[in-house]
Amino acid sequence: MVSNDDGVLRAPLRLEYPFTRTTGQVVGGFLTGLREGMVLGAKRADGTVMCPPLEYDPITSDPLTELVEVGQSGTVTTWTWNGEPRAQQPFSQPFAWAMITLDGADTPMLHGVLVDGPDAMSTGMRVSLQWRNEREGHIADIAGFVPEEA
Amino acid sequence: MRDIAVVASMQRQEKSIDNESEVEYMVPLMHGVKESIGITQADVGFTCSGSSDFIAGQAFSFVMTVDGANPVPPISESHVEMDGAWALYEAWVKMQTGEIDIALIYGYSKSSGGSLRDVLATQMEPFYVAPLWPDAFAIEALAARQLIESGKVSLEQLAEIASRSRDHAATNPNAVRTTAKSVADIMAEAPLMDPLRPSDIPASADGGCALILAAGDRAKDLCERPAWIRGIDHRTDAHTLGVRDLTTSMSARIAGEKAGVGNDKVDFAELYAPFTTSEFILTEALGLGEDTVINPSGGTLGAHTMMASGLIRIAEAAQRITNGDGDRAVATAGSGPNLQQNLVCVLEGE
Repeated sequence: MVSNDDGVLRAPLRLEYPFTRTTGQVVGGFLTGLREGMVLGAKRADGTVMCPPLEYDPITSDPLTELVEVGQSGTVTTWTWNGEPRAQQPFSQPFAWAMITLDGADTPMLHGVLVDGPDAMSTGMRVSLQWRNEREGHIADIAGFVPEEA
Repeated sequence: MRDIAVVASMQRQEKSIDNESEVEYMVPLMHGVKESIGITQADVGFTCSGSSDFIAGQAFSFVMTVDGANPVPPISESHVEMDGAWALYEAWVKMQTGEIDIALIYGYSKSSGGSLRDVLATQMEPFYVAPLWPDAFAIEALAARQLIESGKVSLEQLAEIASRSRDHAATNPNAVRTTAKSVADIMAEAPLMDPLRPSDIPASADGGCALILAAGDRAKDLCERPAWIRGIDHRTDAHTLGVRDLTTSMSARIAGEKAGVGNDKVDFAELYAPFTTSEFILTEALGLGEDTVINPSGGTLGAHTMMASGLIRIAEAAQRITNGDGDRAVATAGSGPNLQQNLVCVLEGE
């Protein structure tokens, strides 16, 4: 705190959320995997793989602990066209939102598909993951998906 | 179960309420609803509200509204960071104890100050989804495409829902999207978030609703034809979009069964269905047939006040029962992405 010549005390106001938390073994495992260029899912009691993984099974409430690597290509199960990237979105060009089931996983994940327009999109299309050059253990380490090369 | 009824309600919804704060426009509703049945805050055993700091942009924003309820001498009060319909549920549970006979419930928000569709991205799963900032329309569009491509519903059927909602909203002085539009004209709209068109999305509004619950004989004293709550239940689907079937609503189906929706005919239903697709999903999940009038108020396609739209559905259904327009109604409230959470309330007149 500083006092000016006028005797009024002044202090800077920084609007912040000054807490951190660990992401834990499952979420943290997935995010660390991204940093290392791998995509991990969680094995559920019925043998299916949830990707991205949660610490618990949302249907049975079982704790999930076993992480397995899944593929980096997958299938679009639904999509929409995001014509203008909104201010906070980590995409610089118009893109498609899509739910994508990666090979080896049984549940779809949300991400962007980087194509020129909605005409390039269809449910059932095959897409491949594109990594960002700099990765830090964040969902946006995946730059997006692109149509799989035939 | 103790018999509890909606005996009065008051609401205000406008596209944007520019020159009044949430507190300033809620005080007339909170006091007006009490005055309309000749009671004061001293008669109210419990006051419960629903609102959102995220939308208000201010921590503990609800405390200032409580100050507007005349909380001197001290009152018994609670708040949920949810739609006011969940405040009503809390009050209903408290009234079951038999300790209190009258409750004041209110819900409100003024979302016009920001971009609600973007603010709603903050309710998504925090590690994998929220950092990508998918807006609320995009998230619903993903479900809409699955619904259409699975053949469950067509774009024409969704346009019929939108067109009928506009017609109904035209009879509702609190609705904000009231201009008629034919199915053909809605079919011709360019997609806003493919396949959703402008008429498929909610008509965002500022506003709120205040409502009085009363038990047993007190309800009969205060209202000529109380709308009795015959069943109320709420359920939640998984937060993770990828593990849900987005073309159905398990939570609404179970809540509807627990609340007893199918035990008798339903004259009309007020559904918390922000999108045309949500209305289709809820109608199916609740098993509502063609003899049920859906959203006579125009629903959330006519006016959608976040944090109050669910409570307003209950208020609209109750008012119609009190007016004698029908004997049995269903009202729902919702929360979260893609109708993640649903509350179902069955109301009956005697």
